[in-house]
Amino acid sequence: MEFFRIKKDIPFMSYGKLTTTISLATFLLAVFFLATKGLNFGVDFTGGTVIEVHYAQPSDTNKVREELAGIGLPDALVQHFGTTHDVLIQVPLKHNKMGANLSEQVLAALRANAEVELRRVEFVGPQVGKDLVEDGAMALLLVSLGIVGYLWMRFEWKFGLAAIIANLHDVVIILGCFAFFQWEFSLSVLAAVLAVLGYSVNESVVVFDRIRENFRKMRKTGVAEIIDNAITRTMSRTIITHGSTQLMVLAMLLLGGETLHFFALALTIGIMFSIYSSVLVASPLLMMFGVCREDFIKPEKAESEEVLP
Amino acid sequence: MNRYPLWKNLLILVVLVTGFIYTLPNFYGESPAVQIMPLRSHLKVDTQLLATVEQTLRDAQLAPEILSLDAGSVKVRFSDTDSQLKAKDVLHAKLGEDYVVALNLLSRSPTWLTEMNALPMYLGLDLRGGVHFLMQVDMKAALDKALESSSSDIRSTLREARIPYSGVSLDGDVLFVKFRDAESRSKGEEELKLRFGGLQFDDKDAGRDYLLRATLKQQEKLRLQDSALQQNLVTLRNRVNELGVAEPVIQQQGVDRVVVQLPGVQDTARAKDILGRTATLEVRLVDDDRQISASGAAPFGTEIFQERDGTALVVKKSVILTGERINDAQPGFDSRNNEPAVHINLDAVGARKFKEATRENVGKRMAIILFEKGRGEVVTAPVIREEIGGGRVQISGQMDTTEAQNIALLLRAGALAAPMEIIEERTVGPSLGADNIQRGFDSTKIGFIMVAVFMIAYYLIFGTISVLALGANLLLLIALLSMLQATLTLPGMAGIALTLGMAIDANVLINERIREELRNGVPPQMAISTGYENAFATIIDSNITTLIAGVALFMFGSGPVKGFAVVLCLGILTSMFSGVMVSRALVNLFYGRRARLNKVAIG
Repeated sequence: MEFFRIKKDIPFMSYGKLTTTISLATFLLAVFFLATKGLNFGVDFTGGTVIEVHYAQPSDTNKVREELAGIGLPDALVQHFGTTHDVLIQVPLKHNKMGANLSEQVLAALRANAEVELRRVEFVGPQVGKDLVEDGAMALLLVSLGIVGYLWMRFEWKFGLAAIIANLHDVVIILGCFAFFQWEFSLSVLAAVLAVLGYSVNESVVVFDRIRENFRKMRKTGVAEIIDNAITRTMSRTIITHGSTQLMVLAMLLLGGETLHFFALALTIGIMFSIYSSVLVASPLLMMFGVCREDFIKPEKAESEEVLP
Repeated sequence: MNRYPLWKNLLILVVLVTGFIYTLPNFYGESPAVQIMPLRSHLKVDTQLLATVEQTLRDAQLAPEILSLDAGSVKVRFSDTDSQLKAKDVLHAKLGEDYVVALNLLSRSPTWLTEMNALPMYLGLDLRGGVHFLMQVDMKAALDKALESSSSDIRSTLREARIPYSGVSLDGDVLFVKFRDAESRSKGEEELKLRFGGLQFDDKDAGRDYLLRATLKQQEKLRLQDSALQQNLVTLRNRVNELGVAEPVIQQQGVDRVVVQLPGVQDTARAKDILGRTATLEVRLVDDDRQISASGAAPFGTEIFQERDGTALVVKKSVILTGERINDAQPGFDSRNNEPAVHINLDAVGARKFKEATRENVGKRMAIILFEKGRGEVVTAPVIREEIGGGRVQISGQMDTTEAQNIALLLRAGALAAPMEIIEERTVGPSLGADNIQRGFDSTKIGFIMVAVFMIAYYLIFGTISVLALGANLLLLIALLSMLQATLTLPGMAGIALTLGMAIDANVLINERIREELRNGVPPQMAISTGYENAFATIIDSNITTLIAGVALFMFGSGPVKGFAVVLCLGILTSMFSGVMVSRALVNLFYGRRARLNKVAIG
């Protein structure tokens, strides 16, 4: 079986204008939603309390709201979570005057009228949320710098820059999707975003590797053709690899339950866009930065070790 | 060309077999168990305790599956929860309040595995259920308290040295000592510098007042903060013991935070109550003249307390001073004979009271009693050798350095610790934990099967080999996680699924390269060899970028995210080994021996 038996190189670079326009449009759209709607930060970042309870009988959210209003929590957000037996209660920090003891009082109030099992409590104080935002930003910065640095060392600064721009473009688009749909942005989504950053860069690395190899092998070819050839040759691998990873993520999305849902969703968007961006964003950028044969083949350096048999 | 030397094949075999052995414990599941730990440091966990436990269980007609003794506890495993709960009750009744009898789960894996340290993966709270607290120590309060007590000490020092001053006031984190003239200020400064090593003094004139500014030295601040934190850690440990939790985690996080994890605890109200309680300390006189009556009742005006080694002590009811008067307690050495000692620093009021009490009772003993949960315990009961003034008390004799450290900590624990506040709580009920395990397991399993079916259909023999390598990867990853006892969380399980999805990348790269070589007319054996060689650099590059992301997540992530990062990093390492070495070995075994190979099944 073979899906991609492509005889002639696809002239990706000649579509450069079109793809750059598309990228720019999606990117700006994502930025627009981030700016106007903003991310729906979860309790990890905003602070507050989340309580998940399981009722033996189907529950009525209005009744739960009344019970909570009875203990001085009229602003609690109450919704069903998956089934009518499961209820998720969210209390923002500003409405919580009981601090860390909130969960006990809520449970006591709910247990007065029905059989309730505690599934999960998350209480995050204001100091913690702030730290987590800072740590998340630090991690993002560190990953970006690390990747640029590595690619610079391994290839050339042009490659590092092209790859990181392409992949930060992915990150912005993931965040844009979360802003548009107002999906909850939690700590695990942040982890997924960073994992995507590391993962999708390797997509660009594979293409770049080929480009370098082609520069050495195809002496007389122009830069655009060299890049076209590299992308076409690696295309099959790109789709197959991402397809496999996506199969795993799909299983997580469907079977992983509520906790892993948004984590898997972020990965899905990330994987989809990383295919696109590494081929159609990173490479045109590389052209734009003016990559050339001399970047690899230094006159004084012997190249025999890398020449293929 | 496609043959591995014998040592390479052997190495791969050894790694895989080791991996298999260390993965094994995860398959046996867990049984209910009871764990017995001593509450006090002088109680030993030895064969005698083991015998007592055994006898108690036999008397109650309970048959444990396994009874074992390790460094800090006796563990008893049962086949069902009923006998576990019954055993907990009888053991608690028998061993009283000296031991913690906690419910636990123990692996059912055979002893030979446990003996070679092969343990099942360590599950995080989101998988096994339990409470996680992050507590913030109020360091400002600790420093304020230190300054406050310094201000009263300064007053008494100046009074004792007969240096005239007109007032000591505290403004924010600066102490101002007001003098009437420059001469007394310089005398006062000299005297105070001698006595207060932790304070920094400088002159400041304001209008007609001669002021002396005192601030805490940076070094002193750090010491105070550290000791406040250590004190809180010790106090928390003592209290958690009371909750009867089998494997509690109490750890410092950063400079001013403490993580408390209580696996299996559901009653968060009680946990918060116990963690938030303050202990009190009292100093009283020991009444050695009177005996405990035959009935065990205390003589009039006295109470009976137990010392830490269990001997009873008759102590007078009147209190000389309470723990609030203790500013600090540090372990150290007696300056005269170099014996380990505990140095206590009392505040001015405490010093005066202590001076009076010691003057009248030279030769007698006094008891320092720690009250928690309304129960008192004598920390130490030294003999008063002479009148002690100035608030500097030294307790020495009959203790070693660890004992001195413990006593100092207990004394400080009794004094007001810096207040703590719960700033993060994550509680996971046992049903959700079990669901999470099931979900994580299911998604990994289904994902693996889908990838396997696809790979085999697409790459035939090479696909099969890739899937076997992927299986080896999963085996090694689980073995590594079990060996390191890294905490496995739900995001960690997601990490396992994700790294498997990513690991297949290496094999896809290799297989595509081989196909390409074959398409270019390269003979099969050669194609395999160059395919592997050419793909290798790319595999390294692409894995390193993911590794960078993993390391950053590990450094900055907290809790569950850290679990994800650990799995991601380890998964990358194992996938490099299995994707390149294991799959190559399999290909070599399958194709490498054939002298003439015309065709390979790669789809």
